[in-house]
Amino acid sequence: MTPTLISAEPVLRDPNDGIAVLERTRTVAETFGIPLAVLAELTHRCPLQCPYCSNPVEMERANAELTTEEWTRVLTELAEIGVLQVHFSGGEPTARKDLVELVRHATQVGLYTNLITSAVLLTRDKLVDLADAGLCHVQISFQGSEPVLADRVGGFRNGHVKKLEVAQWVRELELPLTVNAVMHRQNIHQLRGMIDMAVELGADRIEVANVQYYGWALKNRAALMPTVEQLDEMTAVVDEAETRFKGIMEIDFVIPDYYATRPKKCMGGWGRQFFNITPSGKILPCHAAETITDLDFDSVRSNHSIAWIWQNSEAFNRYRGTGWMPEPCQSCEFKEQDYGGCRCQAFALTGNAANTDPACQLSPFHATIFKAAETEAAADQRRFIYRNFAGGTLEKDEPA
Amino acid sequence: MDGAAPRRLAVGPSSRPRLARHARLKFDETRERWVLLVPERVLAPDDIAVEILQLCDGLKTVDLLVEELAVKYAAPKDEIAADVIALLQDLADKGFVIGAKESVQ
Repeated sequence: MTPTLISAEPVLRDPNDGIAVLERTRTVAETFGIPLAVLAELTHRCPLQCPYCSNPVEMERANAELTTEEWTRVLTELAEIGVLQVHFSGGEPTARKDLVELVRHATQVGLYTNLITSAVLLTRDKLVDLADAGLCHVQISFQGSEPVLADRVGGFRNGHVKKLEVAQWVRELELPLTVNAVMHRQNIHQLRGMIDMAVELGADRIEVANVQYYGWALKNRAALMPTVEQLDEMTAVVDEAETRFKGIMEIDFVIPDYYATRPKKCMGGWGRQFFNITPSGKILPCHAAETITDLDFDSVRSNHSIAWIWQNSEAFNRYRGTGWMPEPCQSCEFKEQDYGGCRCQAFALTGNAANTDPACQLSPFHATIFKAAETEAAADQRRFIYRNFAGGTLEKDEPA
Repeated sequence: MDGAAPRRLAVGPSSRPRLARHARLKFDETRERWVLLVPERVLAPDDIAVEILQLCDGLKTVDLLVEELAVKYAAPKDEIAADVIALLQDLADKGFVIGAKESVQ
């Protein structure tokens, strides 16, 4: 009678894709299924200016954002079509005055709620309200293990200390905490300190996530790209910490795919398990999909249902499954394991979203991008272009 | 703060396990199956795992719930105990199952 648990992760790292068991019929699961989780970007407003922000360079303004009524209708619709988890993100989701109301509504319709936050706008009272509204999990991003570097990366004074304070409130309220450690060349030396900090805070989990290079991060690639030696050092630190903190804190490690030999299974495959809703209600196959300039996206403000958009939208169907793939993907034995990697990266680096992700060593572009990464990392240019609505601002002085 | 000391439940015969607040077992009407919702993951427990988790009410000891299952499945208690403890310990290590004593709510 050995019981088993099969995991289907909204953030895919596990090659054992759990979708087949989560579908009623195998035939549907093979192409795409009922979406498991949705990233709800409530706003692009954010007090931080991180140079690797995952938001598009062209951000949506406050007056374009969905209203409370529109979001509650969307949340109800998501639950009805079988979505299980909603990640409230941004920008900074706590910049929305109706966040508590949205969490309460999501809970009422049966959604599991996760808050992805920079934490700097949270008060203890607001956190209590969110917990009472049914919030299930809090994820706080950290930019370093000590304030000088962390506040420089975030472009926000006293942010680090504030984050530590909020993380303690999260644990006092018995909410599970994930520390999100975003790693790049300028903070890798603080990784050990960040892991120890997370353990001390009582975090259940730390995500050691290397920057993924789209949008803002691509603009800042020269200031962020790690060296090969740093990547080896990170791997050693993570391995050692996994052993030391087994049963205390889980560690998830996302390597930079520029240094990989095989591409990541981006989003679990285009349009297979997840989607993203932008502040103004556009439905995207992933949060970076708007960087692919020749795709059009349907909106929750259109007269189509979300289910219709998921099943029929051209943006979803163009790279769904394996039929669209060119060589070397089409005849590749791994095509149903990685689904050809990341479309946004293929577009950004080769100009054609249908090309094999250049992170794959079988891509004709692989050697070029690896070389570019190495060269940029070695040049060690450090000034950031900070993220803002004005299209970015270059850091004033070369940092020490 | 908890410091670096292990704070997970060590599952034994006298533990009284229950699901943590953030581990939600629910029947998914759309997919017509049970799911266990946890941070960043959806777990798909099989029928036996679901049965075990439904018995974890924070009142029953592991010993007692093993006995119930042994009677129901007419299987040796030792064998069932090993499977039950392995499942619960795996979930406890991830913080999804806690002991009733640790419960605050």
